[in-house]
Amino acid sequence: MNTLQMALADSMTITKRNALKIKRAPDMLGGVVLLPIVLVLLFAYVFGSMIELPGMSYTEYLLPGIFVMTITTSAQITGYTLTLDLQKGIFDRFRTLPMSPSAVLTGQTFSDLITNVTSIVTMALVGLLVGWRIHTSPLEAALGFLVLLLFAYAFSWVTATVALALRTPEVFNNVATLVSLPLVFLSNAFVDSARLPGPLKVIAEWSPVSTLIQGTRELFGNTSAAMPVPSAWPLQHAVPASILWSLVLLVVFVPLATRLYKRAVSQ
Amino acid sequence: MPDAIVAEGLVKKYGDVVALDGMDLSVPEGTVFGLLGPNGAGKTTTVRILTTLLKPDAGHAKVAGLDVVRDARRLRAHIGASGQYAAVDDHLTGAENLEMVGRLYHLGVKRAKQRARELLERFDLTEAGDRPVKGYSGGMRRRLDLAGALVANPPVLFLDEPTTGLDPRARASLWDVISELVTTGTTVLLTTQYMEEADRLADRIGVVDHGHVIALGTADELKDQVGGDRIELSVTSAADLEAVRRTLAPLAVGDIQVNATALQVTIPVTGGAAALTTALGHLTAERITVRDAGLRRPTLDDVFLTLTGHEADEKIKETVR
Repeated sequence: MNTLQMALADSMTITKRNALKIKRAPDMLGGVVLLPIVLVLLFAYVFGSMIELPGMSYTEYLLPGIFVMTITTSAQITGYTLTLDLQKGIFDRFRTLPMSPSAVLTGQTFSDLITNVTSIVTMALVGLLVGWRIHTSPLEAALGFLVLLLFAYAFSWVTATVALALRTPEVFNNVATLVSLPLVFLSNAFVDSARLPGPLKVIAEWSPVSTLIQGTRELFGNTSAAMPVPSAWPLQHAVPASILWSLVLLVVFVPLATRLYKRAVSQ
Repeated sequence: MPDAIVAEGLVKKYGDVVALDGMDLSVPEGTVFGLLGPNGAGKTTTVRILTTLLKPDAGHAKVAGLDVVRDARRLRAHIGASGQYAAVDDHLTGAENLEMVGRLYHLGVKRAKQRARELLERFDLTEAGDRPVKGYSGGMRRRLDLAGALVANPPVLFLDEPTTGLDPRARASLWDVISELVTTGTTVLLTTQYMEEADRLADRIGVVDHGHVIALGTADELKDQVGGDRIELSVTSAADLEAVRRTLAPLAVGDIQVNATALQVTIPVTGGAAALTTALGHLTAERITVRDAGLRRPTLDDVFLTLTGHEADEKIKETVR
């Protein structure tokens, strides 16, 4: 076996391990399946009944926002699981095995990709039930899901990096919630960012989360001619900008997480 | 016989704390070496270096003929390690845990499954094999962890405090398993803070204190190094302890130890049973009531005390990892 084959095979082994863990731990499954359902229903019926948008239903506007909110939350499973594993001896066992060292992190992020697929499929189905529709070609729609998953995967590496720097599950959870909530709410997920006050508007329009949501809306056709796209560059080019953001996150955080992992386990 | 493990002058520092201070070791193939010492003596650090988890600041080591730093990657195919903290996954079943390890040793799917079953049977875990590890007892987890270290049939095995925290029955059963392993020709390096464990399992013992080996030999050699036998006496009242010490001082060939809480006095003597008779005669003459008296060979506890001036379990401090 050459190095690449070994890295792939080992990543698959670790992915399988994590997938089994998620299957056996109902609390995690709840976060992946139940929470997205509750979010879709709550937002669609609570806000959906109050907020009116020019030229489109709020539910259609909302769903891409919920997708993105959920994948940023699910990506935290990577970080959380890593902090839990760090507390046990399991990484020591892995490191005495003739396996590819990078497989621990790739395996972890792969398995989160699986959970994210599960979350997104669940949300899309529930979304269809409450009135969300795709108005574009199947190809564009597929690209929409792919763009979401690419970002979810890249974001897993961000949470891995944060987790490996913080190292304890409790601290990680607190920090992750503190960062991810404003990240999602300070965007165009639930409100039209154009109507936010001054500095908040700038932050929201340049946020990668807004870019991704705008890109997803365009690919699913959840837009309205009566709601012009803000002039910020990433929102004007939302689809390529979303892909670019994901690639940038990967380029920065894959090596960073790998380095922090080596540091965390070699003590 | 060639050495399966050789370490020369290993040094490891954590800031100002010197965890290893010139650790030397050599373990011939097919033998069991016991690294004995209190928490913080440097046992775990030694194992972590020898199993490629940690790089030494100075010195070098070879395991199975491979350098632990330079050939780390190749070496990992030849060693098995089982740690203090059973490295098993709670949500996975016993079988799944072992299969995962087999896959990571690149045994292939079929062989990994087969090997998992073999090991479950050998470690008496067949019945529990398809249940998540979550429900296992401490002893079962340790057995599974040990099984994990054996998946690839490694010629060299490292067991870091394999029985720490186990109840006596689970410990005894794990000892049986380890003794059996040894008969198959595996080289084992075992760390422990239990004298009894080293005595029972190890062919040779290295006593470790402050990051290096301070004494080396078979259990018997170490005991001989301390010399003679021990008279152990229990008295009924604490007031008698001093009288016993005074009365028997002329018989002692080393320091007399007085344990005030256990009301026990230990006197190193020569001359075996005759010395015990003499001692009891002296005590009767002094009208000191003896509740229990006996003669025993020195234990490794005596060895540790003589060599270091402190008891092995006296110095419990945070384990330096």
